[in-house]
Order: sequence, then C-alpha cells, then structure tokens
Amino acid sequence: MIENPRVRHTRNSLTYLALLAGALVMLFPLIWTISTSLKTPDKVTLRYIELIPDPWAFENYLEIFNDQPLLRYTRNTLILVAAAVFGALVPCSLAAWGFARIPFPGRRVLFGLLLATMMLPYVVQLIPLFIFFDRIGWVNTFWPLILPRVLGHNAFYIFLMRQFFRGIPVDLFDAARIDGASEFGVWWRIAMPMSLPVLAAVSIFAFQFAWDDFLWPLIYLGGNKENWTLAMGLNALKGFEGDENTMNVMMTFSTLMLVPMLLVFYFGQKYLVRGVSVSGLKG
Amino acid sequence: MAEALPRIPEESRERSRLSSLAYRYRHWVGFLFIGPWLLSLLLFDIMPFFANLYLSFTDYSVGLVTPNWVGLDNYIEIFTEDRVFAKSVYNTVYYMLFSVPLRLVLAFAFALLLNARLRGMQMFRTIFYLPSVVPVVATSIIFIGLLNTRYGVINQFLVLVGLDPVRWLSRPEWIKPSLVIMSLWGFGGQMVIFLAGLQSIPGELYEAVSIDGGNSWHRLRHITVPLMTPTIFFNLIIGIIGSFQVFTQVFVLITATGGPLQAGLVYMINVYNNAFAYFRKGYAAALSVILFVIILVFTVIMVRSSDRWVFYGDDER
Repeated sequence: MIENPRVRHTRNSLTYLALLAGALVMLFPLIWTISTSLKTPDKVTLRYIELIPDPWAFENYLEIFNDQPLLRYTRNTLILVAAAVFGALVPCSLAAWGFARIPFPGRRVLFGLLLATMMLPYVVQLIPLFIFFDRIGWVNTFWPLILPRVLGHNAFYIFLMRQFFRGIPVDLFDAARIDGASEFGVWWRIAMPMSLPVLAAVSIFAFQFAWDDFLWPLIYLGGNKENWTLAMGLNALKGFEGDENTMNVMMTFSTLMLVPMLLVFYFGQKYLVRGVSVSGLKG
Repeated sequence: MAEALPRIPEESRERSRLSSLAYRYRHWVGFLFIGPWLLSLLLFDIMPFFANLYLSFTDYSVGLVTPNWVGLDNYIEIFTEDRVFAKSVYNTVYYMLFSVPLRLVLAFAFALLLNARLRGMQMFRTIFYLPSVVPVVATSIIFIGLLNTRYGVINQFLVLVGLDPVRWLSRPEWIKPSLVIMSLWGFGGQMVIFLAGLQSIPGELYEAVSIDGGNSWHRLRHITVPLMTPTIFFNLIIGIIGSFQVFTQVFVLITATGGPLQAGLVYMINVYNNAFAYFRKGYAAALSVILFVIILVFTVIMVRSSDRWVFYGDDER
C-alpha cells in the first residue's frame, strides 16, 4: 500500500492525540473518586479543583469499616456471587452441552425459545415473581436470588458456551462415547476441561452481574439491613444532611467496591477475549 | 498418511453396547442436561409472562388476598388519567433518543481509532473499557459528586473555561442531560464489540480500495461501515432495549421521586413506585405489559428495517 509517510505520520499523531484526550476524560472520574476518598471532609467542598489531597486522609479507609458494615455487605454480596458463578459453571454449561452436542427431539425449538428469552424484557417478570416469592415467604431471604442461578437461568451464558462447544471438533466426543463414556462423562471429562476460556469468561460476567446487581436485591433484601448487599449499602449512603459530609465516605466506599471488579477483570482479561471471540459473538 | 486399518464402524459398536431401547432413546439424556434450565424457563419466563398479563387485568393491591378482575380499567386509567405515565414515557424516549445514538457513535469512533496498528492500543482499550467495569451503583454515586453544583468537578471545569456553572441535579431541564452524560461514560462495552468486528475485516478489502485510488474516507464508507452493519444493528437493539428499561442509574442518581418536576422519572421508576411504593401491583403489571409492547414494536421495526441496511454475507443488494 502506497501511502505518503508524512500523511501517515500526521494521522498517527492525531490518532494518539484523540485517544489521549479520550482516555483522560474517561479516567478523570475515577481519579477524582480516589482523590476524594483520600480527602478530609472539609476539603471535599472546595470550589476549585484540587486533585492531590492535602492532607492525605488514609484513615478514611480504616474508619469506613467502623462507619459502615462493609464486611456484612460483602458477605451478602458474595453469597449472590457464589450462586451466580456456580450457576454459570454448572447448570448453564450442562444446558449448553445439551444444546450443543446432544440431538434430542425438539432441540431446535427449545434453542429458539432460549434465544427468545434473551430478548425478553425483565419488566414482565418482575412483579409476578415478587408476588410468588412473597406468597411462599421467600422475601427477605436470599432464595429468590439464588434459585434462578442454580437452575441455570441465563440464556446468554448458555448461548456463549453452546457456541464454544460446537467449535470443538466432534470426533473427540464421539471417540469418548464409543469407549463407553456416558454423556455426563463426556461433558465433565472432555468438554469442560477444553472450555476454560469460555468458562472463565462466563464466570467473570457472572461475577460482575452479581456484584453489580441492584433491582432484585433491592426488592427482595431491602427490608432487612442485615441482608443488604454492597450496592444497596452504597446507595443508602446518599441523602444524608448535606452530601458534603459523606462525599468522601461515598467515594471511599465506591473505591472499595470497585477494586475487586478491577482485579477480576485484570486477571481474566485474556480469557474474556478468547472465550467470547471463539464463541463467534462478533459473527 | 498410513492406511487406516479396517475397523467396526463406531455406530454399531455403540449399538451393541446399549440395549436396543436405550439406543433408540439415547439422545433423550439431553433433557437431563437442559432440565434445570427448562424448569427455570417455566418458572421465570413463561409463568411470569402470563401471570403478568393476567395481573394487569386485576386490581391487585395491598390488603387484597385475591385480586379482582377489572378488565381494562388499569389500561384506561393509564392512558386517560395518569400524568406520570405520559411523563415517564417522554422521559424514557428522550433518554433513549440521546443516549443510544451518542453511545453508539462514541463506541464506533473510538473503535476505529483503536483499530490502528499502533503501539499502546491495548492499554487505551483497557482504559476505555474500564468505566464499564465499575458497578452501576458506584458510577451513579460518583456522578452525584461530579455533577454537584457547588463543588462538582464538571462545574469547576466550566468555570475554569469561563462558562457558568450548571445546576445539573437540581434543575429539571438538566436532569435528563445528566442521565445521558452518565450513560456515555460506559461506551466502552459497545466499543469492544465494535473493535472485535473491525478486526475481523480482511485487510485485502482495504487494499483493494487503495489500489483503485481511494483514500481512507472511501475505505470507511465502502468497506468498513457496510461490513459493520450487523454489529451496529446488534449494539443498537441491545442499546434500545436496555435504555427503555433503565432503572438503577436513575434510582441512585435522583431517587425514586424522579427529581425536580419528575424530569427524570423514567418508565421503570414509575413501575417500581406503583408496584412497591403504592402497592398497586395490578396497575404496575399493566404498565409492564405496555412497556413490553413498546419494546416489541421497536424491535420488530428494527428487524424489519434491517433488511434494507444491514449487510449480511455476500449477497449484493
């Protein structure tokens, strides 16, 4: 390709410039968050921008644990996370395997139904399910949030894993079947170990969703503060007399809530890309 | 390759292992695999869908043990008496009309930039994706701080460049723009999907344009955009369906009151209030049905229109 090197050089410089500007804008809220979390309350309400806290209030990160029941919130959130990740790894992958490599009667129809539910707006499920769970006394427990996960109620994960499974050459499975492996054995001993990228990907998605989740925990766990998740606890921080007094607490809380997500994504990045692209999401 | 030794065909080996009945129905084990999901389909998709429909025709509310059938009363009330309903539709459509296209354009533009074969693209990609990893509640809390009239950084910047500070969260006319701005921060999710799509475009196509004397604008218009239309379509639909049902960001940013003059009262906030604050679950169910229909209509329109502008495979249009 013949291109004037000067033109290319200019274009590259402009690209870097635009990217740099964009990156600064995108990062700025996070920088501000961390900075505010390390400020003393009086410095939060300054009328000019001061990004380097003066004085540094590292004690904010210790005091918040006295201030807020963070450990309780985290414990509750982790319950949801465990259910979500388990759901992605076991019931969802079982279903994905069924859809991928077991030609049972009606598979096509049911798979179509699966895809349809991916587009189903959550609003139509919200109220009837609450009434149902209320009737059986499950409101103010974790069960309404655990049950769907344990049954593998996530069409997206099933879809992703099914695509991945179908990408693995069929001979491997046939060979195992011939040698007497049960279908379950094929899934557990061959399909799963070969699918680490997509398993990692759905685990990360499941973690993020559960860590993030707000509406369902709000309506089912809202009644008892002992059951609150981190998201609910953070939300409850606002609205006190004069946000100024709590802004740095809110930022400390936010940062603490952020960090596990960042870690999960940082370590899972390469699996994410492999697991999703091999499933043909872009195709 | 060495000649394969003759061996018994796989199928008959399996055949001889299982009884004839077990062999004929061997695929039914698939139902065991999808069993839990199937159960969840009934419990969490099919049953609620029809129950919601039924509920919408009742007056189910607090204190009632059994709901009474009231026919279309809920719907009539929604369309004739409920001012909040009309407002919530307006707010939600406004949000969607600004948030979805702007996010799409940002995501596409930055994906194009990141598609360059330059050093550091990986790092930039991570930076742009990072805000999408931030929990939604945290994002909203952060923006409460950023958008604060007195000490929010956004206003401090405005003042720095000589503009007047904006009362983002206390004036009705700025509430929806605040919501839109907050939503733009998360364009990284769509960007990553666009990037994956861009990187699957074969380089030869670009070369063909260059050989024919075209420049990068021609490349964009005749190769990139047409080939990206399926991805654009995907992001568009996901974006629209999501923005119609936006809830958490709004709830956290401006609470369930919907803000000054209910300027930020989006549809889902109204549903939430009716269901859990006013305890009018039958009425809220009717609202859900209406939202479902709206989303359905939009989706059908989009899918129908996609025939005309989405480029699939090698068919020339």
